[in-house]
Amino acid sequence: MSLGVPLSWLSEGVANHELWAIVLRTLQVSGTALAVSALIGIPLGTALALTRFGARRWIVALVYTGMGFPPVVVGLSVYLLLSRQGPLGGLEWLFTPSAMVIAQVVIALPLVAGLTMGAVESVDPDVRLLLRALGASPVQEALGLVAEARQGVVASLVAGFGGIISEVGAAMLVGGNVEGSTRVLSTAIVLETRQGAFGMALALGGVLLALTFLVNLMLMRLQGTPWWSKG
Amino acid sequence: MIGAVMTDKHSDTRWQVLPAARRARRLAETLAAALLLVLFASALSACGSQAPGTLRLATTTSTYDSGLLDDLLPDFEETYSVQVEVIAVGTGQALALGERGDADVLLVHDRRREEAFLQAGYAESRDPVMFNDFVLVGPPSDPAGIGGLDSAAQALAAIAGQQAPFVSRGDQSGTHGRELSLWEAAGLEPDPAGGWYFAIGQGMAATLRFADEKAAYALTDRGTFLALRDKLPGLVILLGGGQLSENPDPELRNPYGVLVVKASAGREVQSDLARTFAAWLTSLPTQQRIARFGLERYGQPLFYPDSLAWRQARGE
Repeated sequence: MSLGVPLSWLSEGVANHELWAIVLRTLQVSGTALAVSALIGIPLGTALALTRFGARRWIVALVYTGMGFPPVVVGLSVYLLLSRQGPLGGLEWLFTPSAMVIAQVVIALPLVAGLTMGAVESVDPDVRLLLRALGASPVQEALGLVAEARQGVVASLVAGFGGIISEVGAAMLVGGNVEGSTRVLSTAIVLETRQGAFGMALALGGVLLALTFLVNLMLMRLQGTPWWSKG
Repeated sequence: MIGAVMTDKHSDTRWQVLPAARRARRLAETLAAALLLVLFASALSACGSQAPGTLRLATTTSTYDSGLLDDLLPDFEETYSVQVEVIAVGTGQALALGERGDADVLLVHDRRREEAFLQAGYAESRDPVMFNDFVLVGPPSDPAGIGGLDSAAQALAAIAGQQAPFVSRGDQSGTHGRELSLWEAAGLEPDPAGGWYFAIGQGMAATLRFADEKAAYALTDRGTFLALRDKLPGLVILLGGGQLSENPDPELRNPYGVLVVKASAGREVQSDLARTFAAWLTSLPTQQRIARFGLERYGQPLFYPDSLAWRQARGE
């Protein structure tokens, strides 16, 4: 196949409104899912790293299992949950962006929590002793350790984001690939390939790659000194 | 050679000082080799065409999902001792596969695009094989009141008028093509941003599932709907009747054609085998088999034979 096809398409695609709408929607859905996963996953991972209690082992095992959970099975579970015959059918969320966010949180949350836990655990124990000796409250202590482990914590966000923005099985099952509503880059690529529009599919793949790269660059900026440790 | 050995020696001593760099380089070399191997293998599998005696048939999902091909193909494979690889996709992709020479023969259902394909010189022949029909399905409550109508275009206009939910294949398949020409006949252009028209770009089964969940209308071929009916409690046929003879709208007839892909530079296809397949598919014995298929299970045929040989035998 000639490479001229996707390139010429790309130049036309810049003026293509549907393409930009898909890019924006992809960022909205996966960005929301990542934000929710970070808000729950970073505190959860930190708590699991810093505390010892009875059920901890079970929760850790659950998180590790979730890290390797097949996204398409997550999609199936969320589908059954939100289906009209399912327990949450009354919400009428199936085939909406909300359903996709739920599925993506289930996929990304264990990655964020598990990798954050590992990162915080591997911080030099002396740092924790030092923080305590300086009279840090438990919350300040946790914040200090997260700041110390920020490289790993940001890596957990990168892993979570990579896992969901490129994911297609769950997105297709619970989103339904509805034009103008739940069609994201990954499902659009499947659609274009199925239709034999290989040039457009390749171009969309390039956009997805570029987007992931840019978002990861932005996330890596967080690996610098955090605001709460400045001054 | 000597130079190379010396360079190696030289770099060897340097690397002993920097074992980490050496390891990193080894790793990079291994990765590069693995990558090359994968590229090479995929290039090989792409160029090395299928073994002789293998015919690649690209067809629509309806002929495959309904079980028709599983019923017919063993006879062809035994008679001619060939293997048939079935690629079940939408008509749009089937035609694209033929255009690239990735399929030898196509069994599709979009008369307009089949003619265009033939005109463009991608196929050497197009022959009628069979037909079935499309029906409009929807929730029993029928909010747009299409139940009593006898024209699909009028029914679509009523659905659009009520802004009742409608699910479209939206995948350039033959069914999607028919839906678009029905909208055209109704003088309407549904807007995906309107919130009631869902273009999902998926297969027939997924589209029917979607319609079932959303209590929406959809255009489907009768065969796929009959095959999946048990799993679609929320859908009934609202326009199209109980069987093809009861379908009030001739615009809903769905003819299938077989196209033999033309060989040319850059498109090496098995034209001889493909011609044999097309002749076999349109021959009287195969056509009789098509007429019998599904009778037992659904109480009606899913496909109606329509080849030249069949029509001649019936004195038409």
